[in-house]
Amino acid sequence: MTVTFYQNEANDLDKKYSALCDLLQHGHHVTCTSQTQALQGSSIVVGEFAGDFPQDVEQLSCPIVDLSETPQVMSKLEQSTEKPWKPWFPVIDYDRCTNCMQCMNFCLFGVYGLSNEQKLQVQTPQNCKTECPACSRVCPEAAIMFPKYKAGPINGDEVSEEDLNKEKMKVDISSLLGGNIYDALRQRSERAQSRFAKERDEDRALKERKRCLKKLQKDLDIPDEVLNSLPIPKHLLDDSSE
Amino acid sequence: MSEKPKILYCHCAYSRAVPKEVKMEVLRKLSDSGVNFEAVPDICKLSAEKSPVLKDFAQQEDLHIIACYPRAVKWLFKSAQAPLQQQKIANMRAQQAQEIIDQVMEK
Ligand code: SF4
Ligand code: SF4
Repeated sequence: MTVTFYQNEANDLDKKYSALCDLLQHGHHVTCTSQTQALQGSSIVVGEFAGDFPQDVEQLSCPIVDLSETPQVMSKLEQSTEKPWKPWFPVIDYDRCTNCMQCMNFCLFGVYGLSNEQKLQVQTPQNCKTECPACSRVCPEAAIMFPKYKAGPINGDEVSEEDLNKEKMKVDISSLLGGNIYDALRQRSERAQSRFAKERDEDRALKERKRCLKKLQKDLDIPDEVLNSLPIPKHLLDDSSE
Repeated sequence: MSEKPKILYCHCAYSRAVPKEVKMEVLRKLSDSGVNFEAVPDICKLSAEKSPVLKDFAQQEDLHIIACYPRAVKWLFKSAQAPLQQQKIANMRAQQAQEIIDQVMEK
């Protein structure tokens, strides 16, 4: 809901700031204005009036919250009991994207789709797994951003040559689907496995595979929840007795 | 007709991506200054919802946006079919609060 905050010189600055923080934190868009004309069409007006409303305000048909009488602005507004969705989803930089579709093939959650012109699109952002930036790592062009991610260039910071050359930017799409990741794991644990073969210690071989998988998971920053919904762990377990 | 505010502040309400002290100081300074401004909880959310509000903002060429990395903000607007024009974008993840305020108040 859009709230109009009517500001004037009489505002108690602490009260005003605290009301703004509360409104924003509860998901309200706030227009702060000192122009009474801007109040027309508001869904709700907040201000400090001490019961003495200017004529333009008095004539409004929408609800008015007077902070001088109701310091807790949220007590007058409807509050949702649902936990808000953290808006976490991929954002495509079309200056970089080559429409190779690797991200779409990689994502198991139906976040991506194609436009009528067969152009890659983020179609269902709500399906994206919070905190999982894995598809940005499969994009060979570093074209996928997660604006709330901690580090660049995934957070939207400029892409450097160095970023493009980073090995983790080039994880093949089949990796987490059990193809190349399996080879990668095999290579990574080659030395350990030959030792295990001698020792015929399958438990240790399995442990090593799990350790390698954990390492890749850490490199790619993939949350457990996402990894568990991919076929790899079972695949690895099934293969561990090879 | 009233003039639309020329500043759009994003509160990045659902994550800690933007340092809290920076966004709080920016908001406090905007609020205390008495300047007219728009404050939204989260541009990312508006973009995911393809909110028409973003189209309104995108049409205001002289708008100063205070959010995060300009590349992210540009494509968040674009993906909501609200391409930005020449709007300036201040980055609360990389700039100091005072620097941003000086910039938007054109000191
Ligand atoms: S992987 Fe990158 S370049 Fe390829 S379609 Fe996806 S965003 Fe575009
Ligand atoms: S646009 Fe940037 S500052 Fe705004 S909510 Fe998204 S990540 Fe946060």
